[in-house]
Amino acid sequence: MSVDLGTVRRVAHLARLAVSEEELPALQGELNAILAFVEQLSAIDVSSIEPMTSVVPLTLPLREDEVTDGHYPDKVLANAPEAESGFFTVPKVVE
Amino acid sequence: MTALNHLTLTQAREGLAQGEFTSVELTESYLKAMEQARVLNAFTVETPDQALAMAARADARIASGDAGPLEGLPLGVKDMFATEGVATTACSNILKGFVPPYESTVTSQLWRDGAVMLGKLANDEFAMGSSTETSAFGPVVSPWRREGDTTPLVPGGSSGGSAAAVSAFLCAGATGTDTGGSIRQPAAFTGTVGIKPTYGRCSRWGIIAYASSLDQAGPFARSVNDAAILLRSMAGHDAKDSTSVNMRVPNYEDAVGVSVKGKRIGIPREYRVEGMSQEICELWEQGADMLRDAGAEIVDITLPHTKYALPTYYIVAPAEASSNLARYDGVRYGNRVPGKDIIDMYERTRAAGFGPEVRRRIMIGTYVLSAGYYDAYYLKAQRVRTLIKRDFDDVFAQGVDAILTPATPSPAFGIGEKSNADPVEMYLQDVFTVTVNLAGLPAISVPAGFSADGLPLGLQLIGRPFEEETLFALGQAVEDAAGRFPVEDHWWSR
Repeated sequence: MSVDLGTVRRVAHLARLAVSEEELPALQGELNAILAFVEQLSAIDVSSIEPMTSVVPLTLPLREDEVTDGHYPDKVLANAPEAESGFFTVPKVVE
Repeated sequence: MTALNHLTLTQAREGLAQGEFTSVELTESYLKAMEQARVLNAFTVETPDQALAMAARADARIASGDAGPLEGLPLGVKDMFATEGVATTACSNILKGFVPPYESTVTSQLWRDGAVMLGKLANDEFAMGSSTETSAFGPVVSPWRREGDTTPLVPGGSSGGSAAAVSAFLCAGATGTDTGGSIRQPAAFTGTVGIKPTYGRCSRWGIIAYASSLDQAGPFARSVNDAAILLRSMAGHDAKDSTSVNMRVPNYEDAVGVSVKGKRIGIPREYRVEGMSQEICELWEQGADMLRDAGAEIVDITLPHTKYALPTYYIVAPAEASSNLARYDGVRYGNRVPGKDIIDMYERTRAAGFGPEVRRRIMIGTYVLSAGYYDAYYLKAQRVRTLIKRDFDDVFAQGVDAILTPATPSPAFGIGEKSNADPVEMYLQDVFTVTVNLAGLPAISVPAGFSADGLPLGLQLIGRPFEEETLFALGQAVEDAAGRFPVEDHWWSR
């Protein structure tokens, strides 16, 4: 399978990556090289094989549903590019 | 007397215990070596004040008889580990200026056991690479050079800073992370010992996530025994990582030097890949001879799905990366680039913050997870992964104790030699190592010989799940036969 320029543009948007029109062809070439490489998997029929979910036999542990951490908003916000009154701030989302 | 920073971690521990020198003296020796080695670009942050304060506290504990297992030993930390109060960026511009308010579990255990932090070590951006050339801080230079040649070489990657620093005597040991070979390949390139333990052996809490089902932490060291000492402190159950296993952590050092007589070592025929150099083939045969001479039995085995491992990896790892790296959106940490609305802000922030290789992997990951392609790529890769793991299960069920392979298909290459080529060419570096991550197994890389132009080459030993002890015993047998691989020419400090 190979991707066209429109697909590269759409995937970049899905991935929330600004890509200029000039960058698209080079990126398309790189992605197609990788997709051609992974295409080797089409040689093998695995329809009857269960997909891997965990490499070690492990049951996810359960614990009491209680607050075990927190109460330090200043630490949480310390690295934010913008914060105000104990909240992260973002550009206006709702008109 | 040997310069203090040239001692192995094991020797330094002994010297501290005997009172031959203090941790402050040992730490000063490393700080001086770091200062003289800045041309290698191994450290992203040096923390000399913190190091000396930790060393002084270690000396006090040694004096009062309360020494921990790593008391006073100076270590470096890969920039993938969150370190409280010390900049942690995964060597990416998107995390520029990020100072974690918390400490990763693995590093907190090192400090709990008395170790001294010298600073943070460079890696490929978000640990995506095999040469440490994609670091936002610029490439790391290997202390090794080809004989009679000053071409700067890569230390391997992604843990290239860790490998370079340990091999250039800039720290007594270092942490690394390994998603597809990022500990074992740089260890092989620099004549150091590196082990990726079984998935679940070390907590991933506080380690910047790349591909969560593959990532594991492990140590770099200048000897097998040093690596065993470090892994014991790094390993262990952590309630904060639901994939960390609740199993006793053995004293790995006890396994070093244990006889390997009667151990069955498998040689997988599928690892004899096309175009493999003669010197790698010879090293592999020599490795088998070393273990045979130590009493092990060498048997031919088959791992039939090996050839599918790299393509499987380059679906699974980017898919998980695209999910994990979704969090870098310019809201909670790192840099923000303003935009006309919130989506535009996300897109500009991420375009400015991620380098080309990271962007490539996010794009591939997003594509293979997108509607209509999920089954054809991601689900298929996870099915193939089941077969790859089953190959290993089968040979272990036949009584094989460990598997011997080369660690890398070639010795270290020059800076810039592969980075401008097709991305797939760099991916081929991981051909012998990715299978192990896909199957969640432990594997150690031990230096075992030299290339024709004088560069170290490594062998990989792959073990059964949670049988790291077997790997330490076998690793020591290789070290006994091949010796250690200290870099001789300290050109960087002249």
